[in-house]
Amino acid sequence: MTHTLPDLGPNRPLTLPPQAEKTLANGLTVIAIRRAAVPLVEVRLRVPFAGTDLASSALLANTLFSGTPTMTTVQIAAELQAVGGALGAGVDPDRAMISGNSLASGLDRLMEILAQVLTGATYPESEVETERARLVDRIQIAQSQPSHLARVALLKRMYADHPYAVQTPTVAQAQAVGQDQLLNLHAARLHPFGAHLILVGDLDPEKVIEVAERRLGDWTGNGDPVQLPPTPALVPGPLLLADRPDSVQSSLRIALPAVPRKHPDHAALQLANLVFGGYFSSRWVENIREDKGYTYGPHSLIDHSIAGSALLVSAEVATEVTAPALVETLYELGRISTTPVETAELEQARQYALGTLQLGMSTQSGLAGLASTYAGYGLRLDFLAEHSARLAEASIADVAAAAEKYLGPAKGVVVVLGDAKVVEDSLAAISPVTVQPAVSE
Amino acid sequence: MALAIEIPRTRYPVEQFTLPNGLRVVLAPDASAPVIGVAVVYDVGIRSEPEGRTGFAHLFEHLMFQGSANLEKLAHFRHVQGAGGTFNGSTHLDYTDYFETLPSNALERALFLEADRMRGPRLTEENLRNQVDVVKEEIRVNVLNRPYGGFPWLKLPPVMFDTFPNAHDGYGSFGDLESATVADAADFFQRFYACGNAVLSVAGDLDVDETRKLIEKHFGDVEARPAPVRPDFTEPDLTSERRETYTDRLAPLPAVASAWRVPDPTKDPEGYLAYVVLAEVLTDGDASRLVERLVLKDRTVTSVGGYIGFMGEPFEVRDPTALVLQSHLPPGGNVDRVLATVDEELDRLATDGLAAGELARTQARMATHLLRDNDAALNRALRMAVLEQQRGDAKLLNELPHLISSVTEEQIVTAAAALRPNRRASVEVIPGAGSGANGAAQGDEQ
Repeated sequence: MTHTLPDLGPNRPLTLPPQAEKTLANGLTVIAIRRAAVPLVEVRLRVPFAGTDLASSALLANTLFSGTPTMTTVQIAAELQAVGGALGAGVDPDRAMISGNSLASGLDRLMEILAQVLTGATYPESEVETERARLVDRIQIAQSQPSHLARVALLKRMYADHPYAVQTPTVAQAQAVGQDQLLNLHAARLHPFGAHLILVGDLDPEKVIEVAERRLGDWTGNGDPVQLPPTPALVPGPLLLADRPDSVQSSLRIALPAVPRKHPDHAALQLANLVFGGYFSSRWVENIREDKGYTYGPHSLIDHSIAGSALLVSAEVATEVTAPALVETLYELGRISTTPVETAELEQARQYALGTLQLGMSTQSGLAGLASTYAGYGLRLDFLAEHSARLAEASIADVAAAAEKYLGPAKGVVVVLGDAKVVEDSLAAISPVTVQPAVSE
Repeated sequence: MALAIEIPRTRYPVEQFTLPNGLRVVLAPDASAPVIGVAVVYDVGIRSEPEGRTGFAHLFEHLMFQGSANLEKLAHFRHVQGAGGTFNGSTHLDYTDYFETLPSNALERALFLEADRMRGPRLTEENLRNQVDVVKEEIRVNVLNRPYGGFPWLKLPPVMFDTFPNAHDGYGSFGDLESATVADAADFFQRFYACGNAVLSVAGDLDVDETRKLIEKHFGDVEARPAPVRPDFTEPDLTSERRETYTDRLAPLPAVASAWRVPDPTKDPEGYLAYVVLAEVLTDGDASRLVERLVLKDRTVTSVGGYIGFMGEPFEVRDPTALVLQSHLPPGGNVDRVLATVDEELDRLATDGLAAGELARTQARMATHLLRDNDAALNRALRMAVLEQQRGDAKLLNELPHLISSVTEEQIVTAAAALRPNRRASVEVIPGAGSGANGAAQGDEQ
C-alpha cells in the first residue's frame, strides 16, 4: 500500500504573549512577559559591558555571587535554592548577563537576593582566589579544545585590531586580577542605567514590574555608555592554516559578511543562508554529510554582535578529506551566489524560518532568551512579527541578490585548524595558504 | 528557618491507548503554545547490541533517517524542516528515541513520517557506508579529537561492569562499525523495531480525539510484531574497590570519576529515588556538600558533578545503573585525596544527617529543573514515552516533583551510608597534553 505525505494545516498565527514594560527611575528597563505553562519564572538581566577588561569581567562573572555584607557564597546559593532558584553570570564583548530561574512563588525572594548582590557584592579575597584558580584551569582546558583554537584564529583574522579580535583572557591576565579590580569594575560598570531586566513566567506582568521596582529601585549607578567602533570589513586573503599537529580532524571555518537584524537585506540573507548551509536540509549539509560523509555536524549561521554581524560557516572534517571538503564548501557558496535558488528550496527554508520562530517562543526560557537578546539591540518581541512578515515576503530575486552580495566565496575569510604536514599541500592547490602554529590566546 | 516552599504540581492530562497491532500511544494536550512534540521510543539501546557489533544501536539510529517505505533518502529531514520543525534521534543505554517538534499544523505530517519508518527503513549498502563515515566523524568530534572525550560515560562502565552489554563502548570501535552489514541492519530492525516494542507520544497543541484518529489512520496498518524478550542485564554489585587510570593525550589536567551501584529503578523506585536526590544534595550548586567542601573550602577540585546513570538521565535508565561523581582537578591535583574527602563527606552525612532546610531546598531546586524541562512540548513527549516504556506509567510526568519531595532525610542518610569505598569503581584521567602528541597546539602562548 502506498502512503502519501499529508498536507500541512493552515499556518498558526504568530501570537505575542501578554507583557508589560517600565523604565525605572534608576534607568533599568523591566520587561515582564506572561507564559503560564509551568509555575516558574525565568530571569535575565542584561547589562552593557563593552570595553571592559577581559580578565576582570570574566572573573567578575565568576565571583559576583561570592558574598555580600550579610551572606557568604554558600548562603546565597542556599537561599536561592530554598525557592527552587539559582542565578549565574556570564560576559561577552558586549554585555554581562545574569540568568536564572526559580519557582514562580519565589520571585520576590529571587529579586531581593539579586538586589543584595547588585548593590553589595563584596568579592571576598578568599573566594576571588578560589575562582581565579578555577578560571585559569578553565582557560587551559579551553586551549586544548580544537573549537576554541579555531575560534581564536578566526577572530584574529576577522577583526584585526577591533576589540572583538580577542575574546578570552590569557592565563597571565587572569592571574593578575584581584579584589580591587573587581570592586572597581562593579562600581564602574554594573549599573542599572541602560540595563534590561527580563522576567518571564507564570505571573501577572504588572505585578512582576511592581516586585522588580520595589526590590531593584535602590540599585544605582550611572556612566556614559561605551560604544565599540563598528567591526571592520572582512579582508579576504590567503587561507590561514593553523597547525595542530596530529589532529585527527580539521576545523574548517569561513567568515562572510552579514547585516544586522533590522537591515532590509536581513530576512533574504537568512533565507539564502538556510538554502546554502544553515539547516540540515541545505545544499551544503546534504552534500558534505549525507552524500560524501566528510563530517558530522556542519553548520552555518548569522552571528550578531552589537558592533557588527558576520556569517560563520563551520565544519569538523576528517583530516584526509580537508581539501575536498573545502572544495565542496566553496562550490556551494559559489553556486548560491551566482544561480537563483529553486522555488521549492526557498519555500522549504521559509517554512523552517517561520516555524522555528514559533518553536523559539514556545517556552519560558526561549522567550526570556529572545527578549533579552533583542533588548540589547533596542528591539522588542514585536520584532518577531515584523521579521516574520519580511520572511514571508522575500522573493527568489531578493534571496539571489542577498546571496550575491554576501555569500560569494571571494568575500570569505578562510581559516583551517588541522595537521599542516598532512593538509597543507592539498589546500595550497585550492588557495594561497599561510601557515602558522595554532595559538591559544 | 522559613517554611519550606510549596512544590507546585503540573496537571497535564495524559491519555493512553494501545492500537490492535500493539503500539502503545500516549497523548498530553496543552494549548499554551501552537507547537507539538512527537516522539517514538523503541525499547532497544546500547546494552542490546551484539558482541562484535559495538556501536551498532547508534549506527542503526542513523539508518532510520535514510529513507523508508514511501520516502527517499533526505525526504524525512526536508519534510520536518519544510514544515517549520526540528528533528533528531538519540541512542541510550536502554532505549532509542526519534523525535520532532513542529508548529501544530504539521501534526499529521509528523505522524506519517514516524509511521513510515516504523514500517521499515531503506537499508542500502550506499546509505550504510555513508553513515558509517558520518558516525566516525561524530566519534572523532566527541571523543578522539578533544580532551576528556568519552569521560566518564565511555570510560567508567568497563571498570564497573564485567559483561559485554554493560561494559562495552556504545559509540563502537571503527573496526566493528566498518564491518557492519546491511543484513545486520535488517535483522536488527526485524528483531527490535517491532511496533510492540515502541511507544508513540505526542504532547502540545493537539485535540485528543482528532489525534487518535490520525494515529489510527497512519499507524493502524503497521505490521503487528511483538516485543522481543528483554535479556537480563543484571550483574552483581562490587565487593571490592576497582580503580583504573588512562592517559588522555589531549587533556591538560587530571580528572576522576567514581560510581556506586544504586537500587533497581523499576523494581525499587522508592529506594532508587533516594539516590537521585542524594546526587543533588552532594553536588547541586555552591550550597551542596561536595562543592562547598572540595571546590570552595579545600580547593582540591575545580568542579564536581553528580548524577544517576552514565548518561545522566535518572528517569530514563534501567538496572544496572549507578550514582556517578566526577571531578576535574587543578594542576598536580591528588586523586587519592579527593576520593578520601568524598568518603569523609559521605561518612559525615551518614553519621550527622542533614542540616535544617538542606533537603527541602535541594528538592525545591530539583522541582524547578523538572518543571523547566517539561515546559517544552518535545521534552514532555520524550519523558512520557520513556516513563511508559520503562515504568508502565506515563502519568508519572506530573508526579515526579512530588515524588522527589517525598524522599525523607532518613532515606538520604541510608543511601549515603551505602556509598562505601569497597563498592566503588573509579577511573582516573592522567593528563597527557604537552608531553607528546599535540603538545605544540595547546602549549603555545604568545
